[in-house]
Amino acid sequence: MFGLQKKDTNLLLIVIALTMLAPFILNPFPTDSGLAQFNAGYPDLMQRFVIFGIFAIGFNILFGLTGYLSFGHAAFLGVGSYSAVWMFKLLSMNILPAIILSVVIAGLFSLLIGWISLRRTGIYFSILTLAFAQMSFALAYSVLTPITNGETGLQITLDDPRILGISQTADGSIPVTNLFGMEMRATTDLALGAWSFTFSMGYYVCAVLMILAFYMSIRIFRSPFGMMLRAIKSNQTRMNYTGLNPKPYTLAAFVISGMYAGLAGGLMASMDPLAGAERMQWTASGEVVLMTILGGAGTLIGPVLGAGMIKYFENIFSKINDNVLHTWFSFMPDGLENLMVGILHPFVGKGWHLTLGIIFMLVVAFLPGGLVEGGQRIGRMFGRKKPTDDTSAKTEPAE
Amino acid sequence: MDAILLQILNGLDKGSAYALIALGLTLIFGTLGVVNFAHGALFMIGAFCSVTLQRILNLSFETVDPTRTDFLGNPAVIKTPYVIDWFGESTGAAIIDWSVPLAILFAIPIMLVIGYVMERGLIKHFYKRPHADQILVTFGLAIVLQEIIKAFYGANPIQTPAPEALSGVVEVLPGILYPAWRVVYFCFSLVVIGAVFAFLQFTTFGMVVRAGMADRETVGLLGIDIDKRFTLMFGIAAGVAGLAGVMYGPINAPNYHMGMDFLVLSFVVVVVGGMGSLPGAVAAGFLLGILESFASMTWVIDLIPGINQIIIYLVAIIILLVRPRGLLGRKGVME
Amino acid sequence: MGILEVKDVGKRFGGLKALSDVNLSVAENTCHAIIGPNGAGKSTLLNCLVGKLIPDTGSVMFDGQSVLGRSPHEINQMGISRVFQTPEIFSDLSVMENMMIPLFARRDGAYRLHAYHSVLSEAELVTKAEQMLADVNMLDKRNMHTASMSRGDKRRLEMAMCLIQEPKLLLLDEPTAGMARADTNNTIDLLKQIKDSRNITIAIIEHDMHVVFSLADRITVLAQGTPLVEDVPEKIKGHPKVKEAYLGETAHA
Repeated sequence: MFGLQKKDTNLLLIVIALTMLAPFILNPFPTDSGLAQFNAGYPDLMQRFVIFGIFAIGFNILFGLTGYLSFGHAAFLGVGSYSAVWMFKLLSMNILPAIILSVVIAGLFSLLIGWISLRRTGIYFSILTLAFAQMSFALAYSVLTPITNGETGLQITLDDPRILGISQTADGSIPVTNLFGMEMRATTDLALGAWSFTFSMGYYVCAVLMILAFYMSIRIFRSPFGMMLRAIKSNQTRMNYTGLNPKPYTLAAFVISGMYAGLAGGLMASMDPLAGAERMQWTASGEVVLMTILGGAGTLIGPVLGAGMIKYFENIFSKINDNVLHTWFSFMPDGLENLMVGILHPFVGKGWHLTLGIIFMLVVAFLPGGLVEGGQRIGRMFGRKKPTDDTSAKTEPAE
Repeated sequence: MDAILLQILNGLDKGSAYALIALGLTLIFGTLGVVNFAHGALFMIGAFCSVTLQRILNLSFETVDPTRTDFLGNPAVIKTPYVIDWFGESTGAAIIDWSVPLAILFAIPIMLVIGYVMERGLIKHFYKRPHADQILVTFGLAIVLQEIIKAFYGANPIQTPAPEALSGVVEVLPGILYPAWRVVYFCFSLVVIGAVFAFLQFTTFGMVVRAGMADRETVGLLGIDIDKRFTLMFGIAAGVAGLAGVMYGPINAPNYHMGMDFLVLSFVVVVVGGMGSLPGAVAAGFLLGILESFASMTWVIDLIPGINQIIIYLVAIIILLVRPRGLLGRKGVME
Repeated sequence: MGILEVKDVGKRFGGLKALSDVNLSVAENTCHAIIGPNGAGKSTLLNCLVGKLIPDTGSVMFDGQSVLGRSPHEINQMGISRVFQTPEIFSDLSVMENMMIPLFARRDGAYRLHAYHSVLSEAELVTKAEQMLADVNMLDKRNMHTASMSRGDKRRLEMAMCLIQEPKLLLLDEPTAGMARADTNNTIDLLKQIKDSRNITIAIIEHDMHVVFSLADRITVLAQGTPLVEDVPEKIKGHPKVKEAYLGETAHA
């Protein structure tokens, strides 16, 4: 189906099902229960899942396939956000032109940076991208203030022209982002017994785009182009002596992943029409690296999983404070309870990044294939029935 | 003329920090072949060594002075640091005053141990892994170290003042006044850099390490246990970064993310200087520091707005493209 | 006029003269061997032919065109394929994918963005790859990951990858170096079969005289960067100069 092999079709269908049913899946706990705080089914968070999913899918096309580690992809995301907000300011609050412009501008910007950075490989490439990203960040903060509005960040105001739309609504407020009239912030609530589920227009727009992005990435992975990219990672010497020029292939991968980042940035601005320079900082680029590696670089589903994991636990962990910990361990004797709370305290709440850093180190050290490899290992542990078949199963246009 | 001199001086203190961090990065890269993204964190830990010492020295016991009352009319509680109690009023106060320079002694063993533990516990296992893996795992480590410091010391910068005697200005050249501590920092960095170079140049240990940087396998064939020496080298590199951090406190109040801020720039410095070249790292550090300071001059900014923010990156990009080996880099390092 | 014409090629590395006055003509559809003691400049010469090195003097013409100043991938597109001393293959990819890449390179040139359709939908190329794999007795390994293969298999795969491009000239850099006798003989058989069944010119650098004399139509002996003699194998065997070059080497070693 969809021109894909059976295995990939199944994967795509699973992803479609998961994203479409996410408002249910992420809200497993009744609204009034004590566990409701672990629900993740509210629009803002779900949007972040899929937007960062798109970002990571794109990053994976570059890093996962070619092995070129870019530390500057947040710059493209930032550029995408700025472009989208400018579209909201000048043209209209319709997100479609905004997103298109985000992708185009991010594509052009990544073409420029990629063209220069890809003259070097390995660590030099990483440092070049890092330098470019920091430069963009510094410029957005200072000189480019007329375009980026500096520290405050770019926002939409009441006196923006919006030539195809309206500067302000009838009641004098700022119009909201929409897709041909369907407002992004529109939500529908569904109460089922003790549960309540929220369906957000914005989420579904992002989700559909993520599915599209995911589908495109499957096609790229299975295409001759994807194979060439993996060949670049594997052996550039042989690539050259086989009559292939690795540079344009890598550049194409760089631009495609830059456009994915631009799409993510554009969507971010579409959900919440503002853009700030901090989105471009290199630590933000580091975050997408973490997502991709954590999920499994070079695998199809890994980046999506990684993005979801990090954004989910970021949300959950930040909510666990000492009070929550005390209720968890209240069954223990007081001394032990305090001890447990004391041990866990640095890792939750504001300490989420500490936990993330530790998990990340463990993954890089012991599970280079990320969560996907972990899943495969567990799967193999339980399904040791046909070990002889293992090699042939593994080789299908390798993941 | 004075303006130019002043800009050079202004560039020297930042340049010193760049040079010291880049020196450590290069040592690690040259000897161990490891790209260490956690090196900025070592600089930050150094800075927090002096914060810690300052806190230790200020540990006080409380006494009630019945003769005086506070503003509520209760007997006043007076805090006396233990050091003052032990060493007497003047010596104790001096010790507290000089806590930043004293932190050097405090930081050296700590940094050596941290470096040793880091190398044996983590980096060692990544020698044979691709550079990307090294970058990633040390990046993770940098996050962890930074968050640990944040958990202990909070997110706000902590002032670590210079000793009273060194916190004023000095007339470095006729007519040019300059903060004394920055002069101290510059001289200090020269001493450290000199010590590292002398150590590599004049000791047998240093000779082996230099040989190892040039050609690791041959030295291995000579039956010299190069790995053990490299471990110590990692400790020394960590020490250099730490010392750079200790003394940097009075210039910029230490905060938990100062390591990350310096890391990116230090990498740029290493690349500009030439990956694997120690003199290159030092030269590029000072050069970029001075360049940055010139770019911050008002008329330059008026001419090219924002140039002060991006000059270092711009130089790095140009150098990488025109002279990929960097200013003083050897051929064949990571190409 | 041969398909490969090397004229007056010289190359220095600093003070070291690696090649000087190298003249070589490889006739079409023959197997030309280049032999010589260690350090004679064989590999340098080879690198000058494929664009890895640019000679300081002289010219290298292939099929009537100069190869100098062209990058390796351009030279490959002209019709020269190279087999390395240690097999260079895509070790993260499957055998089949290793075969598909040269096929795409042959059909689409140095760069073409096919990002949408699947690799396996190219039925024609897949069949071609399978045929080639059958020719080198590797069809059963088509889905294997190459990282786990034996050195002999890797070599065979590399050879197949080069042959499937239907090059006009195949360069072999010590194809049997470090191989066991049995493997060496297999490789000789494979190369003989290739030579007999296809219109292909082969230039081979080799240490092993057994290999050279089983395959070569002509032999050039290289010593200290210059060709010493060039002749048919029978004449080379007892040639006094050749003996001297090789004995000289053994005497020093």
